[in-house]
Amino acid sequence: MSTEAQTFKGVGTPATRMYGLMAIVALGWVLLGGLIFTPEDAVQGDAVRIMYVHVPTAWIAYLAFIVTGVASACWMIGRKHSLGFDRVAGASAEVGVVFMAMTLLSGSLWGRITWGTFWVWDPRLTTTAFMFVTYIGYLAVRGLGGTAQQRARRSSVIALLAVLEIPLVHFSVVMWRSLHQRATVLSPDGDIKMDGLMLFTLLFGVFGFSVLFAWLVSHRQRIMAMQDARQTSALDVAVAERLKEAQA
Amino acid sequence: MSADSVINFVDAVAVYNEYPALAGVTLNVERNEIVLLQGPNGAGKSTLLRACAGLMPVIRGTANVLGFDLTVDRESVRERVGLLGHQNGLFGELTIAENVSFWSTVVGASPQERTSAMERMAIDGKLASRRVSELSAGQKRRCALACLVVRRAELWLLDEPHAGLDAKGRDEIDRIVKEAAASGATVVVASHEIERAQQLATRTVSLVAGQVRDSQ
Amino acid sequence: MSMSVSRIARAVAAKDLRIELRSRVVSNQVLPFSGLVMIMFAFALDNDDVLQRVAGGLVWLATLFSLFILVQRTFAVETYDGALDSLRVAGVNPQGIFIGKSVALFVQLLVLESVLFVAAVVLYRVNVNGSGVVLLVTCVLCATAGLAFVGTLYGGLTAGARGRETLLPLLLLPVVAPVLICATRATESAFRSGGVTVGEGWPWVGVLAVFAAVFGLGGLLSFGSLIEE
Repeated sequence: MSTEAQTFKGVGTPATRMYGLMAIVALGWVLLGGLIFTPEDAVQGDAVRIMYVHVPTAWIAYLAFIVTGVASACWMIGRKHSLGFDRVAGASAEVGVVFMAMTLLSGSLWGRITWGTFWVWDPRLTTTAFMFVTYIGYLAVRGLGGTAQQRARRSSVIALLAVLEIPLVHFSVVMWRSLHQRATVLSPDGDIKMDGLMLFTLLFGVFGFSVLFAWLVSHRQRIMAMQDARQTSALDVAVAERLKEAQA
Repeated sequence: MSADSVINFVDAVAVYNEYPALAGVTLNVERNEIVLLQGPNGAGKSTLLRACAGLMPVIRGTANVLGFDLTVDRESVRERVGLLGHQNGLFGELTIAENVSFWSTVVGASPQERTSAMERMAIDGKLASRRVSELSAGQKRRCALACLVVRRAELWLLDEPHAGLDAKGRDEIDRIVKEAAASGATVVVASHEIERAQQLATRTVSLVAGQVRDSQ
Repeated sequence: MSMSVSRIARAVAAKDLRIELRSRVVSNQVLPFSGLVMIMFAFALDNDDVLQRVAGGLVWLATLFSLFILVQRTFAVETYDGALDSLRVAGVNPQGIFIGKSVALFVQLLVLESVLFVAAVVLYRVNVNGSGVVLLVTCVLCATAGLAFVGTLYGGLTAGARGRETLLPLLLLPVVAPVLICATRATESAFRSGGVTVGEGWPWVGVLAVFAAVFGLGGLLSFGSLIEE
């Protein structure tokens, strides 16, 4: 009960505030650059501007997948089974799912505008869709309950199985689409001629979104740590109450 | 904790769905004891037995069973412990003989041990060839105990073994428990049957609201 | 003393298959269901040429739908009277349980797929001969092994607790996607649908074999953790 009485100071630290600021600045530039300063594409026109969102979010989706896998492996290998790794894995998955959704939405819109179809069976897009569903499943498994260590054990196994599964899915889809020659032409970012400013904005976007990802994950995993701590103090209260029950 | 201590819990806390089913259990059981665990519903008797079998995590306090520290590793102890919970762990479509045979095979018991286990449970050839789904509660219980006996566990944990049995069935349970203790096992029985169980047990432990209240 | 993994596996597989022979759930419920699914496909697609062309895919789709039922059944047997808990308490090596249940599931799937392929020949008028048969049999064996491993693994996680069974399709479908893609392409090669040659089917079987190996090994290592509470 006494924890509620403490003033909530937020989960930020000087370090996170600094790179939070970096993310805002970088993304601000990407916004301006993407919408105003960069030229439109010779073929696609203004539609190419979706690329500044689509490509970085796709990159973050893959990054989140890798981070969850590595963090899960670290939990498993460490003898102490430090829960911090499990929290990073979970936070990365939550943030990653959002970015995967953004990738799918932006890719879908891009396809609609440039090719007239909401969906193309492009290997990258298809694999991202699978990653999205797989991570929704992973988050569902995280929600199955139990103690923090039980949750960590189950989740880390599911995450590592996903690390095995996603490349297999990707490889199968690549083989599959190679049967249909037309697919390579349909990849939206296939024939864009990038001038210097476009390339810079794109890369800066990757950088900005990466920093945003790091900021979101570190905050989310701190909140998770606080949730775990609150569960522990709630347990203290519950144990004390149960002890009183016996006296009665 | 003496060398002969089979169960040694000190202020052990175990949770189930965030509820502290065990809120600080301190209990010591020595080898060859037959302990009766009694207490009202919801006191945590089943949880305590499951925790001793390494099925539930003990998140606070000390929990040693047969020398294994359950807060660190709760899987190694399982080979040496036998738990009979509320369910029997049987396969309904198989006969008693097939069930016992399956359990003997997966735990590495010999055919002689298998026949002897069935004899101890008073399961004759005719009963053994009947499917478990067709049996009465008492017969199923005896089959489950045969599967337990065949494991030669050092520590027996029985959760309400008399429940659903007629008087004859209950007598047989008592006989089996006494035989197990006589052949070197330690037995903890959780039961509502206080009078009957008191004849059976060497000691009674009373569990209330997730703690041991007293033991005699 | 712990038993060898192979003895445990044999006992578990024999037990599962004996239970199936007695209860006849696969033969009396799952086979009619999947046969019906094949007929429903014909109703929905309503075009003999199309059906013949996509027959390979339809067989594997029907297999996947039935996979969920088979997986849930194989674990319902364990959780009905708490047998899986008892296996855990007895300290039975989970790797043995994994292999045993995978083998039993493999056999049940093979029976199912045989019936589905016969249905495809009859209903969708495909035919297989010569080198196509070799390709088809290899494809079926590799794909089924992969499905059996993956089904047992995720079935173990979702067994038991209420509200968990609904997780099975969500977890399983993304994972079996490679099997669907590769098995369908290989089967179409075997059927020579749409002018595909038999030779083009073998790379797909290669991927199926890799999938089965990866999840067989992965399952051996992780099954114990997934059935643990």
